[in-house]
Amino acid sequence: MRDQKLQKLIFEKSREGRGCSLLPACDVPAALPDQALLRQAPPRLPQVAEIDISRHYTEMQKRTHGVNDGFYPLGSCTMKYNPKLGEEMAALPGFAGVHPLQPAGTAQGCLELLCRAEQVLAEITGMDAMTFQPAAGAHGEYLGLLLIKAYHQARGDRARNKIIVPDAAHGTNPATATMNGMQTVNIPSNEQGCVDLDKLRAAVGPDTAGLMLTNPNTLGLFDENIAEITRIVHEAGGLNYYDGANLNAIMGIARPGDMGFDVIHLNLHKSFATPHGGGGPGSGAVGCKALLAPFLPLDRPVQQGEAYGFEDPVQSIGRIKAFYGNFLVVVKALSYVLTLGAEGIREAACNAVLNANYLKNQINDLYEVAFDGICMHEFVLSLAELKKRTGVSAKDVAKALLDYDIHPPTMYFPLIVEEALMFEPTETEPREMLDYAAQVLREIHAQAFSDPAPLLNAPLTTPVARPDEVLAARSPRLTFEF
Amino acid sequence: MGRYIPAAPAEQRQLLEAVGVASFDELFAVIPKELRIGGLCIEPGKSELEVSALLRGMADKNRVFPVIFRGAGAYHHFIPPIVRSVAGKEEFVTSYTPYQAEISQGLLQLIFEYQTMICELTGMDLSNASVYDGASAAAEAVTMCRERGRSKALIAASSHPMVIRTMRTYCESADTELVVVPEREGRTDAEALAALLDGGVACLYVQQLNFHGLIEDADALFAQVHAADARAILGVNPIAAGLLKSAGACGADIAVGEGQPLGMPLAFGGPYLGFMACTKALMRRIPGRVVGETLDAEGRRAFVLTLQAREQHIRREKASSNICSNQAHCALTAGAYLTAMGPDGLRQAASLCYAKAHYLAQRLCEIEGVALAHPGDFFHEFVTTLPCPPEALLDRLAQQGVLGGLPVQQGILWCCTELNTREQIDELVNTVREVCGA
Repeated sequence: MRDQKLQKLIFEKSREGRGCSLLPACDVPAALPDQALLRQAPPRLPQVAEIDISRHYTEMQKRTHGVNDGFYPLGSCTMKYNPKLGEEMAALPGFAGVHPLQPAGTAQGCLELLCRAEQVLAEITGMDAMTFQPAAGAHGEYLGLLLIKAYHQARGDRARNKIIVPDAAHGTNPATATMNGMQTVNIPSNEQGCVDLDKLRAAVGPDTAGLMLTNPNTLGLFDENIAEITRIVHEAGGLNYYDGANLNAIMGIARPGDMGFDVIHLNLHKSFATPHGGGGPGSGAVGCKALLAPFLPLDRPVQQGEAYGFEDPVQSIGRIKAFYGNFLVVVKALSYVLTLGAEGIREAACNAVLNANYLKNQINDLYEVAFDGICMHEFVLSLAELKKRTGVSAKDVAKALLDYDIHPPTMYFPLIVEEALMFEPTETEPREMLDYAAQVLREIHAQAFSDPAPLLNAPLTTPVARPDEVLAARSPRLTFEF
Repeated sequence: MGRYIPAAPAEQRQLLEAVGVASFDELFAVIPKELRIGGLCIEPGKSELEVSALLRGMADKNRVFPVIFRGAGAYHHFIPPIVRSVAGKEEFVTSYTPYQAEISQGLLQLIFEYQTMICELTGMDLSNASVYDGASAAAEAVTMCRERGRSKALIAASSHPMVIRTMRTYCESADTELVVVPEREGRTDAEALAALLDGGVACLYVQQLNFHGLIEDADALFAQVHAADARAILGVNPIAAGLLKSAGACGADIAVGEGQPLGMPLAFGGPYLGFMACTKALMRRIPGRVVGETLDAEGRRAFVLTLQAREQHIRREKASSNICSNQAHCALTAGAYLTAMGPDGLRQAASLCYAKAHYLAQRLCEIEGVALAHPGDFFHEFVTTLPCPPEALLDRLAQQGVLGGLPVQQGILWCCTELNTREQIDELVNTVREVCGA
C-alpha cells in the first residue's frame, strides 16, 4: 500500500537530549587532547532512545524485500535461499571474536577453515589453489587479471596487454581490464549467443593477455565449443579467465578447470548461498591453476604439518585489501558446501537448471525467448515485440511484478538482447512458486493487450511509486539537509 | 545428504516430465561428454547437526581473548545489543543491491542515513554506500585523484603497512607511481614532503591516527599539498573522529577509512567496511554505489541509487572502478551503531579510549626501560620500547587470557579502548613489570 504520510529519516526523529545508556563512567584520570586538535562541534548524529531505534528499523524492514519475502528471480545474481545454519556458525564467538593479528597458533580453527574451504572449492572448480582475499566478484576479477599480468611479466612477455571479452559479458569484465591498464577487445557473439570462433581466432595474437568468459553465458547458454575456445587462446599464448557468476548451473556437473580455464573467481554470495546483505559483503574467492599460484596474494593460509599458518607466495602480486578477506562469509559458504556434499552440490545445479527450464516452458508461448532451447540456470526474454505492439516495455513488466510480491528479473541485460528480462529462479523455489510467477506473467501479458495504461504506472501497491531517477541524477541530494 | 531444495524426488521427476526430458543428464546434453564429471571428490553431505558440530569444533580451536590490548587496524569495541538486533533482520541480510527502489525504500533510506552520518563524521559533502575496506578505500581514493600529467601518488610512511601494500598494488596496475613520504619521529616529515611535491603529484594520503597511534598534523601537510595543486586524502579512524577535528576541517578533499570499529566484530579480519567521502568537486569521480533523494511519480520523497553513469554496468571499459557489490550490510550496521551511540555516546567512547590509553602509557613508562617510542600526542594506540624480548611477555599475557600489544620494530604497539578497565590495565602493567622489570 502507498505511504499516506512522510516516512521520517532518523534525523527527523531526533530529540535533543535523548540517547541510550551504553558506556560506563571513566575509571582512570580524565584526559583530552589539546584543544586545537578537537572538533569544533559534535557530529550531528541522531539523538534517539533505544525504542526509537527498534521501531525505526522495523519500519525500514517492512519496506525492504528479501529472499524471505518471496520469489527473487534476479538473473545472474543467484538469489537462492540463505540457510540459517551459516548465520549461526558465523556468529560463533570462536570465529567472530578472533583478532586478525593474533598469533597464528591461537587462530588454528580459522586457518583450518580457510584451508578446508580452499580444498573443497578447488575440487568443485577444478583448480589447484584458491585465495579468499577478494571481497566481492569484481574484486576477484581484479585479482584474476593481476595474476595473468604477473604471469606474462614474469616470463618477460610484456607486450600482452589485451583482454578479449565477448559482447554479452558482465560490465565488470571490461572495467577490470581498464583497472589493470589493459585494453579490452570486444568480440561479437554468434547467432546462438555464443563465442564466434572465427572472430576469436581473428582477435588473438601476440598481444593477447587473456580471455574473460562466463559459461554458461549471460543468455543462460552453455558454450559447447568451450574446449576449442580456450585452446585458441592458449595457442596464442594467452590465459583463460572464468567469470564464476554463473557457476550455479554446472557445479558438480562440469568444472572450469577441465574446460581449459586457468583462473576463476567465485561469488560465494551466489552459488554458495551466503546472503547478499543488500549489496554485500560478498566474497570473490579466486582459484587458479598451479602455474599462477606463485603470484597469489600475501598471507596465504597453508597447512604446515599438523598445524596451520600463513605463507607468502614467492612472486606474490602483494595484497588487494587488508587481512584475509571476508572471513565470516567463507564460514557460511563452507557450512553450505559441507551440508550439501558431493551429491548435494550436483543436485543443486540440476534443480537450478530444471527450475529455469520449467518456468521458461510455462511462458515461452507468450513471450519471446532469446535463443530458445534447453537453457541452463537462467534464460532471457526479449520484450521488443510486446513493446512494439502494446507500448509495454521490459521495465513496465518488471515493475508490474512488484505488485505481485515478485522481485523483478534483471532488466536490460545482456545488452545484446533488446528489451531484455533475465530470469534465474534458482533451485530453492518450489514448483508452486514457479507456477504462480508464470501465471502472473501471463496475466500481465494479457493486460498489456487489453488495458496497458495501468502497467505504464506500475507498481501501484508499493510504498512509493516509480522514483524520478533523472531528477536524482540531475540535482543530487546525497545527504540529509539539516 | 543435506539439501535446501524444496522439491522432493517425486516432484523433481514430475518437473523433468513437464520440461520434456527423461533425466537430468538430458538437460546437460549440451555439455560435451568429455567435460562432464562422474562426481566430485568431496565428502558426502551431512545433516545440519553434524555440520554445526564440525564447525563448532573448528571455532573451539581458536583462542578468544577476553582482554585485548591489540589494535593495529582491527579494534575491539563495545557493540550495543540493539545494533546486532536491528542489523540482523532477515530482509536486510538477504536482499540484493536495491536496484528496484519501490520495494527497497527501507534499505535505501538506511544507506542514505549512513551516508549522512559519514559526512558528519568526516566533514565532507558526500559519501558513497561503502567499498570493501579501509585499505581498498584508500587505493580507490588515489584513483579518483589522477589527472592528465599528474600520475604520481604520495603515501605517508606512517600509514598502516597493509594500506601501503594495497595501494602499491592498485597503483602499479594503473601505472601510477607511488612514492612513500618518510617519517620523522613517527610522524610524516613535512620537509621531506615539500621536496617530493612537484607538478607530477596527484595526491597525498595521510592516516589520522597513523600506524603508531600518533595524531598527524594533517592541516599543515594538506596546506603544503594544496599549494602544489595536488589533492589531500585523509585515512580516518571513525571513533577518534567523534572527538578530533574532522577531515574536512583539516582540508582533506577525500576522507576514507576502516569502518570496522563502528559495530563490526574482529572476525579474523572481515567483513569490515571501507567508508569513503569527498567534496562536491569530486562528486562524479567517487566510485561505487551512491544513494540519492528524489521524488516518486506522485510527489513523495523517495530514495534511489543514483549517479549511475559513473559505474561499470553503464560505462564498461571507460569506468574508473569495477566495483559493484560493496559492504552494504556493514554500512547498515555502522549506521545503526552511530544511531545508538549518538553524538554524546561517540564522544564518550572516544574520550574513554583516549584517557585509558594515556593512563596505560603513563603506568607502563613507570617501568624502567619502558618509554614512549615517539614524542607528541597519540589517541588510543602508542608504541613503547621494551627492555625484554616481546615473546616472553606476550606468552605470559596469553596465559592470563590477555592479547598483548603487537610487536613492532621499536617495541610494542599497544591499544586501549573503552572495553579495557582500570583493573585490567593495572594487571597488565604488573605483568610487564614482572616479566621485563629489572
